[in-house]
Amino acid sequence: MQIYLPIAEVSVNIFLILGMGGGVGFLSGVFGVGGGFLMTPLLIFIGIPPAVAVATEANQIVASSVSGVLAHWKRGNVDFKMGFALLAGGVIGSSLGVMLFAFLRELGQLDLVIKLSYVIFLGIIGILMLIESLNTIRRSKKQIAPVRRTHNWMHGLPFKVRFRRSRLYISALLPIGIGILVGLLAAIMGVGGGFVMVPAMIYLLGMPTAVVVGTSLFQIIFVTANVTVLQAVNTQTVDVVLALLLLAGGVVGAQFGVRVGVKLKGEQLRGLLAVMVLMVCAKISYDLIATPGDMYTLGMLGGH
Amino acid sequence: MSNRLIVALVLCLSIVFGSQSRANDLVVDLSKTVVPITTSFTGSNLLLFGSFKNDNKTDIIVVVRGPFHDGIVRQKKRVLGVWANGDEVTFEDVPAYYYMASNRPVEEFLNDDLAKLRQIGIDSLDFSVKNADQLPEHIKANTGQFRAGLVRNKQADGLFGRKLGNVHFKGDTLFRTDLHFPANVPVGEYGVDVYAIRDNKIIGEHTTILAVQKFGLEAGIYDFAHRNALAYGLIAIILATAAGWLASVLFRKS
Repeated sequence: MQIYLPIAEVSVNIFLILGMGGGVGFLSGVFGVGGGFLMTPLLIFIGIPPAVAVATEANQIVASSVSGVLAHWKRGNVDFKMGFALLAGGVIGSSLGVMLFAFLRELGQLDLVIKLSYVIFLGIIGILMLIESLNTIRRSKKQIAPVRRTHNWMHGLPFKVRFRRSRLYISALLPIGIGILVGLLAAIMGVGGGFVMVPAMIYLLGMPTAVVVGTSLFQIIFVTANVTVLQAVNTQTVDVVLALLLLAGGVVGAQFGVRVGVKLKGEQLRGLLAVMVLMVCAKISYDLIATPGDMYTLGMLGGH
Repeated sequence: MSNRLIVALVLCLSIVFGSQSRANDLVVDLSKTVVPITTSFTGSNLLLFGSFKNDNKTDIIVVVRGPFHDGIVRQKKRVLGVWANGDEVTFEDVPAYYYMASNRPVEEFLNDDLAKLRQIGIDSLDFSVKNADQLPEHIKANTGQFRAGLVRNKQADGLFGRKLGNVHFKGDTLFRTDLHFPANVPVGEYGVDVYAIRDNKIIGEHTTILAVQKFGLEAGIYDFAHRNALAYGLIAIILATAAGWLASVLFRKS
């Protein structure tokens, strides 16, 4: 059954969209990730204009983050103070990101920048995760204590604030800086940014893992909400019909995914996720490098 | 239908063509003049039919074209091993959609001058280069390549096309052809031109205006997103938040 999307202005198969939502939702349930980094390239792949894919995916992530954060909130696993610091940076970053997005679209370089961002970030994160999970699997026989964090340049930064839930006394500039970077990514790549923020919170800030996911989801809700509104106002590329279809499939898929996820070991999960991330990265890299079928492309049609 | 045909005949002849020749003989109508884009839109077929005295020397050409925009064409180039958009040319008056049908290959009965004059056939489309004097020399010398690239892309998207031999005569005077509008057809106003050609002269012509527009929910959402962008964005967030909350409530019980 075909459905015509009012903003994307393309006709798509409704079951394909529901299935994609379900499939990505399942994987995000298994691995505990948002899935934006899979969904946005998939949407572009099936012919949704990249601008619409990025903006609409931001809207969908609002929904999946809300349902995720509620569970963490109940268990007290959200550090609101840290969340607000990240959020302050996130609002700045995502607002800049939407402006940059519109500017690049005008220049005709938006698609390239979206794809390059994917290759760079997915490549780095995928390789790091793969190395880490392989090491963990190898190390699991002979226990080695994790490396303790030492004092470094980060502890010399001003504006120190005590984050009680995270048991940290660090400069507020650190979470704000991370927030800015993640906000930029959210606006340009159509992702929540959890795949960058979660490692940064664990390894850079040294937050306890228990509060990391809840706090990052809390921040992602507001950053993606900010992106949604700014894109709706500036580029009119948010397709609510597409977003609702995706999240209907996503919600159901995620529930099944969570059930499968608890049966797998942590390092196996991370290894599998790393492979998946690298596969998406390889596919996008290939598209960038392979000689295009036509050396000429059409830009936006203006003038109405 | 025949009543409509007669009304159309009278209207068209009196308004559009009062010319001296045998233009009076050409009568055309469409099965509908609005292509509605609704939620279930997957493209649309229209029937164009008409009558013209067919003395085996006259040929019929049907051209559908519209809405006109500026079209940007970009040439890809390798930058550090990656294909990026490089030089660009903007063409004016590019029809978002162009389709031509005829009863036999137009090359057999239409000369290039007339084709160019009336922009009949994709090769005869006259796109002018916008701000041509400001383009660097190496682009200016190559605008033909850019034009060909535009046409290729449009053809690949199914938005430029032609079908020769798709206009069928029935008996001595009637002819018909099917017009197809694909799912990605742009919204806007289209002109449907029918030409009767004999001895390289247009001896009859007729224009119908056709509208492709969104209807119902499609139109409502689109208009709202453009007119009340802020409210639309806020509603999108509220919907997403409600859906996320609903999901967590529903699945906690099970």
